[in-house]
Amino acid sequence: MTKRKMYFKMITASLMRRRSRMIVALLSIAIGATVLSGLVTIYYDVPRQLGAEFRNYGANMIFTADGDELLLDEVNQGASYISDDQLVGVAPYRYENVRINEIPVVAAGTEIEGAKLTSPNWSVEGEWPSQNGELMVGANVAENFRLKVGGDITVNYTPEEKETSDEVVVDNSIDFKITGILDTGGSEEDYVYMSLDDLQELTEDVGNISVAELSVSANSDELTAYADKINSNVPSVSARLVKRVTASETTVLTKLQALVLLVTIVVLALTMICVATTMTAVVAERRKEIGLRKAIGASDKSIIAEFVGESMLLGLLGGILGTVLGFVFAQEVSVNVFNSSISFRPLLVPITIFASIAVTAISSLIPIRSATDVDPALVLKGE
Amino acid sequence: MSLLELKNVSKIYGELHALDNVSLKVEKGEWVSIMGPSGSGKSTMMNIIGCMDKPTKGEVLLDGVDISKESSKNLTTIRRDKIGLIFQQFHLVNYLTAVENVMLAQYYHSIPDEKEAMEALERVGLADRAKHLPSQLSGGEQQRVCVARALINYPEIILADEPTGNLDEANEKIVVDLFHKLHSEGTTLIVVTHDPEVAEVAQRMIVLRSGKLSKEVVNKNFTGQIKLEK
Repeated sequence: MTKRKMYFKMITASLMRRRSRMIVALLSIAIGATVLSGLVTIYYDVPRQLGAEFRNYGANMIFTADGDELLLDEVNQGASYISDDQLVGVAPYRYENVRINEIPVVAAGTEIEGAKLTSPNWSVEGEWPSQNGELMVGANVAENFRLKVGGDITVNYTPEEKETSDEVVVDNSIDFKITGILDTGGSEEDYVYMSLDDLQELTEDVGNISVAELSVSANSDELTAYADKINSNVPSVSARLVKRVTASETTVLTKLQALVLLVTIVVLALTMICVATTMTAVVAERRKEIGLRKAIGASDKSIIAEFVGESMLLGLLGGILGTVLGFVFAQEVSVNVFNSSISFRPLLVPITIFASIAVTAISSLIPIRSATDVDPALVLKGE
Repeated sequence: MSLLELKNVSKIYGELHALDNVSLKVEKGEWVSIMGPSGSGKSTMMNIIGCMDKPTKGEVLLDGVDISKESSKNLTTIRRDKIGLIFQQFHLVNYLTAVENVMLAQYYHSIPDEKEAMEALERVGLADRAKHLPSQLSGGEQQRVCVARALINYPEIILADEPTGNLDEANEKIVVDLFHKLHSEGTTLIVVTHDPEVAEVAQRMIVLRSGKLSKEVVNKNFTGQIKLEK
């Protein structure tokens, strides 16, 4: 048998045949590794999770015309520069003055599915319009005109050229079915919402897009990069960030990540103290054995090597256990706090195991070094 | 040249003279027992001869080398290469099997050799218990593993501290018979004991009292076997 083989036999036998003693040490390491791995997973997953949460608060990028006009195709061309997996939704809005019962109201023509995605927090009584001929009205409009979901309404529009002509004006009009009443608490309650096609039919004009709202799942830097790219590649589009949303998102993220990092560092320090205490107890319990080893010729170096080997093996086992439990822990936190599952990060496996081994080995060094001070003569006499 | 020579050795702790100007020679292949009441300095002498302690005064020559001036690192090396230790409490590593405990001494000395360790266990009659843990062995069996561990590296001297102190009569005889066998093979034995029967088996008996060598008895009828029935 080689010396190396005997070395591994000794350290594995020490763990396997002293299971009840070692299980306490293993548990303290595994708990530390679990919290560490879990917190690091959360630390890296928080931007994704919070990004998704923030997308509920509306668009974080807008397109306006960089010049006289902005067409739908140009909006789509600009949006094509954003990665598909980051682009949550695009809602182009065209605003026109229309009339209901001869009273002027602002009509917003949009792509309904895109608007749903960019404004998921809008509260709609009834349903969003799902086809042409359907209308969603703002709560203020509904109140002013005593409109109800399911009711019918005629929307009129006078084209500009007819307004100035001397002839008898015949308005364009479309009968709509009201599918929903929009309640946002904001200026949106003063508008009526219809599809772009309906607005085009009403105005008999393709018209310009007034503004396009985009919801992008990206951090502030990525959004800026996208905006710059779009501005330089699509001349008619002026892409800008909605500072109110992106700035608060960045602030919250930075603070939350700093908090998780701080907790991780504190947990790491506590784990080291806990492991050092456990290893001190393990070493103290084995003073006689250390004395015996020294008496039969073990050098300080070989005693340190044996105990460090044992603690590294414990660190390895604790790290493996901690990686698995840490993922479960992070998953539980994610499901309970963010209502979504967490993504597994394979790189975290070697990092957790390495950290666990390093923490165990380092925190064991002090008690192990003190173990080499054991006087074999005293220990063997039982003093 | 004697294998071991103590020249005017003293060990002083404050006012207490644990060993007081003791001189002693042990020849190669000799079997010497050291007797004396508690506090007579037996253990102190054992620790000094076993390179686990240094004298305050005097010289200790082991194989011609003065070990009293050596560093603790060198003493570890000398202990590993030249001395085999047998303890009253056996001191086996409780999570290693009998054969692994024997191999532990080889591990620190040179290279572990399971075959050789098995042969050592065979010499003490424990080949069939080689894979047992100390907790699965009787006191006598544990002491025999301790003997096998002490002799595995072919030491110059085997130092036994109360080797039969925790054994019953039958096991005491087995261990003394083992000593006889080792002695007949040329091993030098120094046995510290309270037990006069075990002490009297040796070729020479040294009696310590208050740290001084008070009596030395040469066994003219040396047989190496226990004669008296308890």
